[in-house]
Amino acid sequence: MIEAGESQAPTARQRRRYILLGARAGISIPGLILASAFVGFAGLAKDAGFSLVETLFMVAVIWALPAKVVLVGAVMSGASLGAAAFAVALSSVRLMPMVMSLVPELRGPKTPRWVLYALSHFVAVTSWVLSMQQLPAVPRAMRTSYYAGLALFLMLANMAVVAAVFGVAESLPASVSAALLLLTPMYFLTSLWGSARERAGHVAMVLGLGLGPVFHMLSPRFDLVAAGVIGGGLAYAFHRITRGSAMR
Amino acid sequence: MTFDAFDQWWWPFLFILLAGWLATDFWRYLGVYLGGHLSEDSDLLVLVRAVATALVAAVIGNLIVFPSGALADTTLALRIAAAATGFLAYLVFGRRILLGILVAEVLLLAGLHLGL
Repeated sequence: MIEAGESQAPTARQRRRYILLGARAGISIPGLILASAFVGFAGLAKDAGFSLVETLFMVAVIWALPAKVVLVGAVMSGASLGAAAFAVALSSVRLMPMVMSLVPELRGPKTPRWVLYALSHFVAVTSWVLSMQQLPAVPRAMRTSYYAGLALFLMLANMAVVAAVFGVAESLPASVSAALLLLTPMYFLTSLWGSARERAGHVAMVLGLGLGPVFHMLSPRFDLVAAGVIGGGLAYAFHRITRGSAMR
Repeated sequence: MTFDAFDQWWWPFLFILLAGWLATDFWRYLGVYLGGHLSEDSDLLVLVRAVATALVAAVIGNLIVFPSGALADTTLALRIAAAATGFLAYLVFGRRILLGILVAEVLLLAGLHLGL
């Protein structure tokens, strides 16, 4: 079945309209929460010794906030390139199923493959949640334009947030700087709990919270990977055991 | 080879590219490549999500227990009390992220003001 309007290629004017509509979808409660998380991230990165240009570079090439926070955490604990990459990769495997579920929503009848690869770079929790909500209401031929508008708006707006925080960070009183550094842990404490799909996610979170500091004292260079693999493995075991007993 | 192993201007950027960009976009590109052959609730994905969640939670734990900068000048008890109360507020009042963050921040600032 071909829907109306899909027989001809969309005009540049139509594309522009949907790019702007997508950008407007970024101005929303999830978008606001994301901006507050970037305020915290900017404070964290600056404090860890990253320059503004390095931080903006991280936003552009990594984008996903958990991956960036893991990278900053690894750098802070003096991890080697290999250990840092391994920790970031472990924290980012979840991007793969997110992309896999987004692609069928995003793809139009004539969407070239490279467009999907290019747009997949912008997949992170907030843009994924917003686009999975909004895309079904967007005509199929316009979905890539809409998503590009949404994703680019979120990225550029949060780069501006990062630059603004770097600009004022020096002149903040100590108590406000302390509050800034509490933003990132509070954002993830709440959003991670809310995004857990199964009980194992909550178990993994509680274990990680405890194991992180414990392994940090034992072996700071491998604390994140060790806590992730052991905490996540135990949570998975919990998942298998409880599911097994529920079936019997 | 750590983040400040070399003094060259390009080293931090190369470090971010290899440990950041490559380690994230690899999964995104693989997702486009595989495009819909894996079920959302397959057992492998439960394990993947659990490891990623524990890893990010470990970073959160470290940021609260071993913070840097101005937050390091606060007491551990105040940080844990503020974070725990904020999280409880999030759980009790309809899982509003902004509310949880706000409660924790207000408590931290109040505690600092009172010299706790």
